[in-house]
Amino acid sequence: MGFDISVSVDGQQHVIDVEPRLLLIQALREKLKITGPHIGCESGRCGACVVLMNGHAVKSCMTLAVQADGAKVITAAGLAEDKRGRELQSAFHKHHALQCGYCTPGMLCAAVDLLEENLDPDDHEIREALRGNLCRCTGYQHIVDAVKDAAHELSSSRAHAEGGEA
Amino acid sequence: MYEFTYQRADTLGDAKTKLGSGDDPKLLAGGQTILPTMKQRLASPSHLIDIGNLSELQNISVESGHVTIGAGVKHADVASSAEIKSAIPGLAALAGEIGDPHVRHMGTLGGSIANNDPASDYPAACLGLGATIITDTREISADDFFTGMFETALGDDEIITAVRFPKPEKSGYMKFPNPASRYAVVGVFIAQHGNGVKVAVTGAAPCVFRWSEAETALNSKLSADAISSLTVPASDMNSDLHASAEYRAHLVGVMARRAIDILS
Repeated sequence: MGFDISVSVDGQQHVIDVEPRLLLIQALREKLKITGPHIGCESGRCGACVVLMNGHAVKSCMTLAVQADGAKVITAAGLAEDKRGRELQSAFHKHHALQCGYCTPGMLCAAVDLLEENLDPDDHEIREALRGNLCRCTGYQHIVDAVKDAAHELSSSRAHAEGGEA
Repeated sequence: MYEFTYQRADTLGDAKTKLGSGDDPKLLAGGQTILPTMKQRLASPSHLIDIGNLSELQNISVESGHVTIGAGVKHADVASSAEIKSAIPGLAALAGEIGDPHVRHMGTLGGSIANNDPASDYPAACLGLGATIITDTREISADDFFTGMFETALGDDEIITAVRFPKPEKSGYMKFPNPASRYAVVGVFIAQHGNGVKVAVTGAAPCVFRWSEAETALNSKLSADAISSLTVPASDMNSDLHASAEYRAHLVGVMARRAIDILS
């Protein structure tokens, strides 16, 4: 039996009919054709499917689509509209924080969640925030460098903006 | 994942009614255990009753002698709660070490203890802090609640609504995490209460347990030296590809001594 859910994805409202056992990642990719979030392990280990649900990073392969009814979901593609997302994108480019790019959509969502609460994270805090995201290419250090750089850029632009207002 | 019927509960009473019907219904809170289990076809409930949005299960209240946390409160909210960090820092720290941030944004206290995974963290806090598990019908002491591997004292249609944790003088949790899953290979929660010390061990054996010899020794002297000569029998420990029974028995002592060093 299908179930109608209403979900906002990357700013666009959708009403979709889903089977209860359909995972959020499947609803995004197969029903809505939003292919930013990737299916990696599909068992909650790799984090390639991480999206922001109501502002928090969650694994969309460990969430039923019906659990996202009424939620606001942001995927990596939606981060193009987000200042932190854009800053991370350029920092990932600058620091070579991806090779194959398969983990990147999840990494970006997890990093945005961190930067929401902490614009001065140290290496340990960044690694803890990315604990649920596996990368088989980079060895992580370039990702950590990129997140740190993005945090620095965001906090200095905020300080600049606050200084300008004063 | 096999097919199931999905039902969303609007109130606790509604959840109770729905749980009473259906052949093999299960509650869905965060889903961080039940969904992977269903994907592996290790569970195939006939109905999933979603209690994830029940406001009755979301409260955190801190009173003079204890902290009460709703069963639906997520690990991330326990870890970041200023009130819990101040009242029972060891409990907030434990919640912040469960799984990874994404799991902590969905997983709930009630879900964790109802499942009673032998390697999960919260059962150690419940036992070490001498918590009371509050259900829709009664109150159960943690000592009576965790009855075996994935087994609890809960009745078939009983729903955990909250857990009441007495405030200890000091507490601390130390675990040796599985590097991939962050489940406890061995985790030890130690709390000093006005009436004595409690030592709860998770990950090591089929079910969380209190290490009474260590409690006796620490009641005489609360220091790592006091338990340095104590051991737990390896014959009681779990053995799997992550750690042998002998290694787990060794880790119980090591984690207990380290937990004493971080009591706060």
